[in-house]
Amino acid sequence: MRALHQLSIEQAAGLLAAGEISAVELTRAVLDRIRTTEPLVHAFITLTEEDALAQARQADERRSRGFAGALLGIPIAIKDVILTKGVRTTAGSKILGNFVAPYDATVTRRLREAGAVCVGKLNCDEFAMGSSTENSAYAVTRNPWDLERVPGGSSGGSAAAVAAQQCLGALGTDTGGSIRQPASFCGVVGIKPTYGRVSRYGVVAYASSLDQVGPMARTVTGCALLLGAIAGHDPHDSTSVDRGVPDYAALGTASIRGLRVAIPREYFVEGMDPEVERAVRDGIDVLQSLGAQVTPVSLPHTAYAIPAYYVIATAEASSNLARYDGIKYGLRAAESEGLLAMYMRTRAAGFGTEVKRRIMLGTYALSAGYYDAYYLKAQQVRTLIRRDFADVFTAHDVIVTPTAPTPAFRVGEKTSDPLQMYLSDIFTISINLAGLPALSLPCGITSNGLPIGLQIVGRPFEEPRVLETAYAYEQASAWRQRWPDL
Amino acid sequence: MEYEAVIGLEVHAELLTQSKVFCGCSASFGAPPNQHTCPVCLGMPGALPVLNRRAVEFAVRAGLAAGCRIAAESRWARKNYFYPDLPKGYQISQYELPLCLGGAIDIETVDGAKAVRLTRIHMEEDTGKNLHDAHGDASLVDFNRCGVPLMEIVSEPDMRSPQEAGAYLRKLRAILQYLEVCDGNMEEGSFRCDANVSVRPRGAAELGTKVEIKNMNSFRNVERAIEYEIKRQVDVLRDGGTLVQETRLWDPEREVTRSMRSKEFAHDYRYFPEPDLLPLLVDPDWVEQIRRTLPELPDARRARIVREHGLPAYDAEVLTMRKDLADYFEAAVRQHHNAKAVSNWVMGDVLRLVRERKLDDALVITRWPVAPEHLAAMLALVDEGVISGKIAKEVFEAMVESGKPPRQIVEERGLVQISDDGPILAAIEQVLAANAEKVAEYRGGKDKLFGFFVGQIMRATEGKANPQKLNDLLRARLAG
Repeated sequence: MRALHQLSIEQAAGLLAAGEISAVELTRAVLDRIRTTEPLVHAFITLTEEDALAQARQADERRSRGFAGALLGIPIAIKDVILTKGVRTTAGSKILGNFVAPYDATVTRRLREAGAVCVGKLNCDEFAMGSSTENSAYAVTRNPWDLERVPGGSSGGSAAAVAAQQCLGALGTDTGGSIRQPASFCGVVGIKPTYGRVSRYGVVAYASSLDQVGPMARTVTGCALLLGAIAGHDPHDSTSVDRGVPDYAALGTASIRGLRVAIPREYFVEGMDPEVERAVRDGIDVLQSLGAQVTPVSLPHTAYAIPAYYVIATAEASSNLARYDGIKYGLRAAESEGLLAMYMRTRAAGFGTEVKRRIMLGTYALSAGYYDAYYLKAQQVRTLIRRDFADVFTAHDVIVTPTAPTPAFRVGEKTSDPLQMYLSDIFTISINLAGLPALSLPCGITSNGLPIGLQIVGRPFEEPRVLETAYAYEQASAWRQRWPDL
Repeated sequence: MEYEAVIGLEVHAELLTQSKVFCGCSASFGAPPNQHTCPVCLGMPGALPVLNRRAVEFAVRAGLAAGCRIAAESRWARKNYFYPDLPKGYQISQYELPLCLGGAIDIETVDGAKAVRLTRIHMEEDTGKNLHDAHGDASLVDFNRCGVPLMEIVSEPDMRSPQEAGAYLRKLRAILQYLEVCDGNMEEGSFRCDANVSVRPRGAAELGTKVEIKNMNSFRNVERAIEYEIKRQVDVLRDGGTLVQETRLWDPEREVTRSMRSKEFAHDYRYFPEPDLLPLLVDPDWVEQIRRTLPELPDARRARIVREHGLPAYDAEVLTMRKDLADYFEAAVRQHHNAKAVSNWVMGDVLRLVRERKLDDALVITRWPVAPEHLAAMLALVDEGVISGKIAKEVFEAMVESGKPPRQIVEERGLVQISDDGPILAAIEQVLAANAEKVAEYRGGKDKLFGFFVGQIMRATEGKANPQKLNDLLRARLAG
């Protein structure tokens, strides 16, 4: 048998249900794994070992009383932009360095109710702004496949922890690719659900109209199990949608025969890594061999997605981050003369460079006299992009693309060039603008040993079809059996 | 040159919902600081707003009463600015697409009736309160008020004098109180007003430079501030100066307005649609349902009171300006036929006591000095001749002090009016006998002494003599 920390969620759930292992044993194994690998990976901002063992004991006790459930006793970890009551929640920022969450995010509460064991809070780019996790105020998380490389971002800690087998699954958030791009870089599965599928209550807001929580795991089934636990209407989030949650993990008999797969030509661009293109094209061939009908299509407004995103997301962020003012919680600069000085010194000291850049961008885009030219124009572009997808989905069931144009890049490689950094989300950002569900799963490994991700995009609320497509591919390929040597 | 003033008002009215507009916290006033707070109204990371349907209903009620068009779809927007009493760093408001459009408030002016048009009514959340100087050099913030639902009622610049502005405000407040959507308390800040004032040569079509005045916390201050501002602007223009567009604060101590910030320093609020809330969809059927439940409003009630009770228009106007006052009057008049007598007492002694004792500190006066049925019973005693109008004053004071019904007071104090001839005649004889010289003078033509005799006889009967009877008997006796 494999070591306990190597198990997928569904494997561990089977052993727990059969009484072959206990949640406490499993949690101890995971905590041991964290102890040996964390000095190399730096995936966590806060570890909650005591809490985790207490939750594991409680899970075993609940099971003894007859409570069942696929997540009961499963060790997971949570991105540090998601509130966990009584546990420090920093959003990767100095400005929330001392902030202990006074309440649970809805997703946190739902995982607790399902009996999942939370081992800690995962590193991320500050306020989820970034594509490499280098913007964290706490640590640079390393890619477990190559410690000189980034894990992607902003949910880099989540992807790295799952890849390093420090937890069986994790929650991330995705505003422009922040689940899928790191999943791609770290060789794990990650899904960004349809906007409104999962509650945002208790999730530190970056860009409210784009943010969505989603799971990451080693397998499609693991993701499906986590998604099933966190999805659903929440009366505390007016943008969450009131519709039933299907059994996402019912994938056993999934067939993709006759599935109409669209391949947008704008996603195979000049300058993309040839090994990535090769692996993705091979992945598409696998889908075809499984009976899918593959057709090239066009998403003509793709080129405008990044500029539109960086107007809309930063505009919302400039407003969302105004609450970090030193008045109520978090950092306050000491000994400031007057209110304005206190605001300026607190925010100057509390926010990192990228966050400041985005606040300034967004403030500018909303300013009197510029609103129409920037924010309004970007919203119009967003409508066009949404329409591009809707048009393709009239005749196709899913869209398949690469998740990112390159594999993981080196730590420090892009930190001095924000525009280059922004381009690493070029294939994921449009999907957030359109609010669609999309998943990334491993579809290859480069000659120097780095994972490559395949992105599957679905119609709104068609997570089941996205998961079924991914599952069919996963079963037909062997990538899920490859793990980094740590 | 003759100038005329152009005035528009922006009123912020707190809605009387149980809970706040975007969370479940109590919206009531007066709790210890920060008791009515939660992650949502404190602007905690990750907290999200959820709209209170009742607040929308109240705003729709106000919009319907003012004849506004209710938008089937309106939108929430964020108004961004930094201030400690604004925990999110933005206020959730409405900007481009408000809930109510158009409408008007009818007012009485010296030139007759006038309709002041409304631009819009939109909904928003209230802020907290900064408390300065309470703890040494530290300022504190109380977030209890933060998130209390507000509506902002914006008028067109249709008013031409401070008196018209005052009439508009009083009428608007009366309507909101009748609707029971706002308690209209300017001192406590549940009904706040900013004024936009400009002047222009009389007859000119173009508007002058606009000045916004803030910090007026009573009707009187609004009128005085506008009056001051008009004079200030006219003086500047007459001296050949130019006005600047600016915001000025009213200083009620010195009775002047002072410049707060000029246009160059005006905030850029960077409004944009609130992504955490869906567009506000209001079902037209629901609006019609609300329309059917609208209560009788001040104008309709005034007309009805004139019609049903034959009161002068002035009385009806005063009585209907406040719903509670009109309710009191109608409760008393149900038990007493003489509406004018009731009206005189309500507008006179009752209202005087309410004001003296500051009993009108809430939406409704609940602690009336005298129950309406007691007032009616007292007037019945006057009608029946049991007490005189003069004694009634004493009975009224006694009712105020004791709360007892008037008949009991009259009996306990022996205040029953003397209407029998015997005791009155006896008193007349006694007084005339003691003042034989004055009787002679009276009979010699000094008619004025009649009043002197009446006073003496009243004193002798401890004021209880029926005045009419006394007059008749005395006149007959002196003539005889």
